[in-house]
Amino acid sequence: MTPNPLYQIMPASDPSQLDKKDFQSDQDIRWCPGCGDYSILKQVQSVLPTLGVPKEDIVVVSGIGCSSRFPYYMNTFGLHTIHGRAPAVVSGIKSLRPELSVWMITGDGDALSIGGNHLIHLLRRNMDIKVLLFNNRIYGLTKGQYSPTSEQGKRTKSTPLGSLEEPFNPLRLALAAGASFVARSVDVDPKHLQTTLKAAAAHKGTALIEIFQNCNIFNDGAFEPVTQRKTRADRQVVLQAGEPLLFGAKRERGLVLNHQKLCFETALVEEVGLDAIYKHQPENQVAAQLLAELSFPESPIPMGVLHQVQRPSYDQAMSEQLDYARRLYAKVDAEAELPPKPSVQSLLDSGETWLVQ
Amino acid sequence: MAKDLGSVERRERVTIRFAGDSGDGIQLTGTQFTQTSAIAGNDLATFPDFPAEIRAPAGTLAGVSGFQIHFSSSSVFTHGDTPDVLVAMNPAALKANLADLKNGGVLIVNTHLFVDKNLEKAGYESNPLDGDTLSAYKVYKIDITTMTLNAISELGLNQRAATRSKNFFALGLIYWLFNRDISHTERWIEDKFRQRDALVADANLKALKAGYYFGETAGLFTHSFVVEKAEIPPGRYRNITGNEALGLGLMAAAELSGLELFLGSYPITPASDLLHFLSKQKHFGVKTYQAEDEIAAVCAALGASFAGGLGVTSTSGPGMALKAEAIGLAAMMELPMVVVNVQRGGPSTGLPTKTEQSDLLQGLFGRNGECPLPIVAAQSPSDCFWAAIEATRIALRHMTPVLLLSDGYLANGAEPWLIPNMSEIEPIRKDFHKPQLNEDGTAQTFLPYKRDENLGRPWAIPGTAGLEHRLGGLEKQHETGNVSYDPDNHQFMVELRAEKVNRVTRFIPSLEVFGSNQGEALFVSWGSTFGSVRAACTHLNAQGRSVGHIHLKHLNPLPKDLETLFDHYEHIIVPELNLGQLNLILRSRFLVKTTAFTKVKGKPFKVSELEAFFEQVCTPISPEKLIQLQEGL
Ligand code: SF4
Repeated sequence: MTPNPLYQIMPASDPSQLDKKDFQSDQDIRWCPGCGDYSILKQVQSVLPTLGVPKEDIVVVSGIGCSSRFPYYMNTFGLHTIHGRAPAVVSGIKSLRPELSVWMITGDGDALSIGGNHLIHLLRRNMDIKVLLFNNRIYGLTKGQYSPTSEQGKRTKSTPLGSLEEPFNPLRLALAAGASFVARSVDVDPKHLQTTLKAAAAHKGTALIEIFQNCNIFNDGAFEPVTQRKTRADRQVVLQAGEPLLFGAKRERGLVLNHQKLCFETALVEEVGLDAIYKHQPENQVAAQLLAELSFPESPIPMGVLHQVQRPSYDQAMSEQLDYARRLYAKVDAEAELPPKPSVQSLLDSGETWLVQ
Repeated sequence: MAKDLGSVERRERVTIRFAGDSGDGIQLTGTQFTQTSAIAGNDLATFPDFPAEIRAPAGTLAGVSGFQIHFSSSSVFTHGDTPDVLVAMNPAALKANLADLKNGGVLIVNTHLFVDKNLEKAGYESNPLDGDTLSAYKVYKIDITTMTLNAISELGLNQRAATRSKNFFALGLIYWLFNRDISHTERWIEDKFRQRDALVADANLKALKAGYYFGETAGLFTHSFVVEKAEIPPGRYRNITGNEALGLGLMAAAELSGLELFLGSYPITPASDLLHFLSKQKHFGVKTYQAEDEIAAVCAALGASFAGGLGVTSTSGPGMALKAEAIGLAAMMELPMVVVNVQRGGPSTGLPTKTEQSDLLQGLFGRNGECPLPIVAAQSPSDCFWAAIEATRIALRHMTPVLLLSDGYLANGAEPWLIPNMSEIEPIRKDFHKPQLNEDGTAQTFLPYKRDENLGRPWAIPGTAGLEHRLGGLEKQHETGNVSYDPDNHQFMVELRAEKVNRVTRFIPSLEVFGSNQGEALFVSWGSTFGSVRAACTHLNAQGRSVGHIHLKHLNPLPKDLETLFDHYEHIIVPELNLGQLNLILRSRFLVKTTAFTKVKGKPFKVSELEAFFEQVCTPISPEKLIQLQEGL
């Protein structure tokens, strides 16, 4: 994307010299000791220097909640906005400046409760934004109320007898909203998280990563059954494009597609044969929906990129439409050099006018 | 078209209202008459009155559409209190508008639809054209529909299509009555219809001429009228509505400041036309974003401002309520943004298509915490252009969101406008911040909340190496902008933000009183009431009454010299289309005894209402008292 000269105040810095320290701000980090947020911050700070993007072109924007303190700890341009509205703010930034690399930090309450409307529209529009959704299945900053991803029956300060409603599955929600990139990772697996962040960064369009994040104060161990080092090989299917969906310590089990019931089922490889195991096709939206359905303990849960397709991003389409309009107005064809903007005076003078002597 | 000027009566000013079913082409008829009168050199003002329902059933009161024009050979401030001429195209139009017609006024009725079913739909028990209920008016009963059909019968259009030309017959008739040249409308019909449907073009042209000749030959009217040219400043003019002027003003402000214009908006009556207008200007580089809701619209505008654009959001009262939290964030982040509120009748959904000035207090106080922001209000349709530039100027100079108040009356009302020359408008300067060096050549630490003399802070945009910084809604430490919970810092920052808004007064030109500099009463008004109050003041002055008028364009902060004016008048009258919002502010700010004159009927003030209120408040003043007032005692 060619940057608008209007915004080039200073020469760009050299991204090849960056390392993770360049992304650490001088602010004291105020998350509780042991919080999963620390690891996510570290992985983001490790990945950003590798992207070849000048630091000043990176913008980190959040809403409200524990995770939304994130921008303060990043030595980049950043905004800590209001509850739930980060998707709308980033849409404005990116629409005006498509050349920027914009990262949005949000939580389960911020993104799926108060900001639910904005999130689905961000995904629908396919703004070129990287969305890191920290899911800890609880409200941390307000000290422990159930969230829209808390399991039904969750006992919290606001639900002493248990919550009544079904939780949202963020992956299903994102897919249903037409997301072009949907992935899942976890705070305690730095390597996987970094790989997933890089995949998101490389995607052109809205890239949503649900990151399982442990809130050790109000919802400790929420993801332990699926993330513990000892058992995770049995309980996670790590997705690789084109590869069979295998899991288990010896990758002895896999997922087969039941065509009758339209769902994935687990099977032993030696019983069904490797060819029967479904090969991951991230571009297939229906398969991604079926993968997103999988939950523990009935089955292993998917980790990695569930779905990725290329479609035009809103910001790009908007820029193209503006250029198109300008060529149309100047009556030049699509290949011609972009004509200059007409003056506002020409618009003032247009239409029905008359002269008073 | 040459015309035998038999018996002609000269009039200084005339108000005509066209009324009919919303499918009758009333707005088009009114607009054509407006254009022609403007070209003839009259000063004028217009106001359309649309039905609230999109497709109200034909022939019902809810479906009546109106268009009023006031034109004159001298100054015009309003669209006119009471029409001198009413053109009613069906029974419902007569029923809905008759009460406004001046006694002795001209009433032209299309009799065609005054039959059982349509009378019933309009709520008439008997035909008002029979009997003497209309005896107070000069009534002309004409079957406009049949005459139109006869005039164009040879074209062979089907009845339905042919009937559509009847508004041109009516227009032709009115053109004759006011000695207007029909050639502008003839050209317009050619341009508009010839390509699309030559038959329709012919039908409309024939109907227009038939109406005109009917006036001349039917001998129905004893005489016609002439309203001479007005003395208006020379130059090139165009007609402009408030919403168009707003759009042009925002585009002009963007060009004057060298910024890209970004509008985040959500459809809402009566502000949507601004979104429509700017959406058509993509070739000028205008970016419009129809957001998923009002909150997203303002947040997107704020994001654009952070990124270095001129972020604007437009809405009406209910949307303004939804945007409150984000406007507070903009005030805290100290980013420039223009929030346009085209006010309508409230509360809640209220009267969406009607006008009101009831969001002033919402604008002043409708956010959590101590969160003042500058407020600018437009006073006429064309003034929306200048108000948009002024709002932008303030936003960029002081790095703050600014509220720009318009209303339904301004949004849809139109007036002729002397087209400004962009090169004569002072540019708006706000440079993006650049990294600064110390004397020894090392980079200075960037302080995002360090202030200039206007207390504006630097605008450092993404993409500028060395100026990476974070903004947010949490309280900021002075200068560094770091999050701070320090109690003294909070007190300091709250006061600093308030002082920043106050400093706008340094740039507000001193007030000039219109009319008497002292005496019986001072009218203090704001927003769209300008025209009616100015007209009332002019009339009262002409009658020898000592009345002054101050019209406020800046509602927050108020001009510094406002307070000094109050002592020179017996009464301070504050007319508003609300229950006394500015009045409340003036009283609390200045401890001044004011008299509120308020109205919330979804309609602007009539000049006569203002004059009557003045009479009621001000008994004629004694010579002794006048001397005291002159000496400022
Ligand atoms: S409350 Fe929970 S989520 Fe918030 S910082 Fe503490 S541990 Fe992390």
